[in-house]
Amino acid sequence: MRGRHAGLIVSALLSIASVVLFITPGLNLGLDFRGGIIVETHSPAAEDPAHMREVLKAGHINAASVQSFGSPQDVRIAINLPPGGEDEHVTQKLVDQVRTVIVQAVPGVQIQRADAVGGSVSSELFRDGVLALLFSLGMILIYIWFRFEREFALSAVITLVLDLTKTIGFLVVTRFEFDLVMVAALLTILGYSTNDKVVVYDRIRENLRKYRTMPLRELLDLSINETLNRTLGTSMTVFLAALPLALFGGSTLTGFATVMLFGIVVGTSSSIFIAAPLLLLMGQKRLRKAG
Amino acid sequence: MLYYSRLRMLGVVGICLISALLCLPNFMKSPSSSLPWHQVHLGLDLRGGSYLLLQLDTKTLQHDRLQSLEGEIRQGLLSAHLGYRLIQRDDATASVLLTPRSESEKESDRKVLEELTPSIPGELAINEKDGRFVISLTPESIRARAREAVSRSIEIVRRRIDSTGAIDPSIAREGEDRIVLELPGISDPQRIKTLLGTTARMTFHLVSPDPLHAGPGTTMLPLPEGRGEIAVEDRVDVDGANLTDAAATMNEGQWVVELKFDNKGADDFARITTENVGKPFAIVLDGHILTSPVINGPITAGRGIITGRFTARSASDLALLLRAGALPAPLAVVEQRSIGPSLGAASIHAGVVSLVAGFVLVVLFMLLFYGRFGLYADIALFANLVMILAILSLFGATLTLPGMAGILLTLGMAVDANILINERIREEVRNGRKPLQALQAGFQRATGTIIDSNATAFLAHVMLFVFGTGPVRNFALTITIGIVTTLFTTLVLSRMLIVRWYAHKRPQELPV
Repeated sequence: MRGRHAGLIVSALLSIASVVLFITPGLNLGLDFRGGIIVETHSPAAEDPAHMREVLKAGHINAASVQSFGSPQDVRIAINLPPGGEDEHVTQKLVDQVRTVIVQAVPGVQIQRADAVGGSVSSELFRDGVLALLFSLGMILIYIWFRFEREFALSAVITLVLDLTKTIGFLVVTRFEFDLVMVAALLTILGYSTNDKVVVYDRIRENLRKYRTMPLRELLDLSINETLNRTLGTSMTVFLAALPLALFGGSTLTGFATVMLFGIVVGTSSSIFIAAPLLLLMGQKRLRKAG
Repeated sequence: MLYYSRLRMLGVVGICLISALLCLPNFMKSPSSSLPWHQVHLGLDLRGGSYLLLQLDTKTLQHDRLQSLEGEIRQGLLSAHLGYRLIQRDDATASVLLTPRSESEKESDRKVLEELTPSIPGELAINEKDGRFVISLTPESIRARAREAVSRSIEIVRRRIDSTGAIDPSIAREGEDRIVLELPGISDPQRIKTLLGTTARMTFHLVSPDPLHAGPGTTMLPLPEGRGEIAVEDRVDVDGANLTDAAATMNEGQWVVELKFDNKGADDFARITTENVGKPFAIVLDGHILTSPVINGPITAGRGIITGRFTARSASDLALLLRAGALPAPLAVVEQRSIGPSLGAASIHAGVVSLVAGFVLVVLFMLLFYGRFGLYADIALFANLVMILAILSLFGATLTLPGMAGILLTLGMAVDANILINERIREEVRNGRKPLQALQAGFQRATGTIIDSNATAFLAHVMLFVFGTGPVRNFALTITIGIVTTLFTTLVLSRMLIVRWYAHKRPQELPV
């Protein structure tokens, strides 16, 4: 508990920095939330993105970005929705047009992926994603409140918010695309981190009953130490499980798994350095004297 | 604590064996067609294919209804020999405004309006405002119409997709006005998109006098239910576009389908039925004969009934199809996702490699850190994997790449319960307890913690399942199933393994 102020301050600073990053430059919104078109092609030989751009231009298509990704044969074409464009028809026509133009101009090309998301859908997906996050946080709050006491629930949720903001900051810095799968990653981190906090709190609650006179600070230290092996052990296994996904998961899952790995580290450290000190801060009056 | 009844052990082992059996269909062909043989379906991202989200244009739907309502009002006034100053449509308020010709005709006007036949019960609300009648569509009826229109569209979409020869398409309603279309194996959905953008046409033809042979001006068309083909005249006698309604009703104790035509349709129908009494004609939809009844007599009222061996169900189905002759309103594609087959194969590979690698890493970790108890945790972990697969198979659920990630993360989290138990036992041993008491205390204390920590994760993922869409739902599904199986494999299975081992060996020290 000695380092508690340092821990809290560092955490708060990191989270504030993340919020600033979230406002500007902001998340790199993926197709799900931004709307538009993504087409991924696989050419029989190495493909120069500049050539692909020429091909598209010849077909009167201006792509927002044409990049190599994965292997040199693979090209990813992204087109943003026309500004203010609620016109689903245009988006859908465009994706077929892109396909036709490329298939005609590049012999032997394979269209690996052709996604088109209209404006109304993308805003709904975003709303649903945010709702899922909020409701999850709410449910966790209610559950812990119900099973523990108010101090526990509040410090758990504050810790979770700190975890979440840092993960979002990580997303901004790494420029991973923020899409539905990322929302799933955030929620899993949330669930995992809560799990961690619950285990520590559970021990604190047990020790509160067991050691009637021990000062709160000492008691928290003891509880953290008693659960430390488990905290690290579980983090290790989840980390080991997510690691292959980050390495071999392919374009869909690499970002997801990398964020998961980050979240596991953040979630584990916050269980030790943030959640319990917060409880000390909040519970000093009600639970017991800090000593 | 040490005693496990034979029944209980059989139960636990039985559940594991049944799970293993349920997984079998994923790895081998069904030996007999009488066996239930459910397997996990691969998601579009793994097998390649297209996902289309279609949105029904409900504005057009409402507009069309207002238009026909306006016509009906005009017609009603005309046949009651009443005039009017103005009849207007207002799309924004979903209503038709009628300005009567004079104050004296108002009462008669109202009578005409009240006799209008609503196409949905409680459809029309008639009010008076500033000396005008406001005939508006009730919000409930607008919603009911949209719902019905989506059902009809799904039917039409299904017929259209089937005609393209697509394998295993899945068509489902989403929300109030959307349809989700999943087409495995079709990675270029351009043709489908075009097909759905076209409106189908229903036509009425006379059956050729020589129905078994195609002659000049006739075409062989298939009868319903594979009852062969008959020759039908090419000339369109009545166009389905002139149909205003079709409904299933009872007539002389039999289910029949009642048709209503507009003016042109009624005229055409009157002419053809007067000239061809006793002859069969054919109602053709998309090149298929829906039914070919015999004309019993002239039909001049613009209404007709189709008799046949209908049940309540088949009559209403036919009525639905007749009404649905053309799409009730345009369908727009608002979201498309297509995955090529090679990318799908690559994703399966990536998923399986990650799953195996992650599983092996976790298993090794547990063995290394917890020895014998780690081994038991690993056995439970394997059983866990089998059970997740079994449950997914049992319900014929879909597995996507994020779903595979969900399974992997579940496995990573599942050993948490074992770690909790093992650490607790270790602690109790360190506190000087005898092995048996340590085991007992370890299990007992860890159980509450395990349930608490899994409950929160469970809640979070149920939320994700409720609000998520597409691949995310699948992720949430596998994790939610995984949490349930984890509770079983750790709290019941691995506990039983440890306890049985202890009862058998009675070691003086625990290998923790």
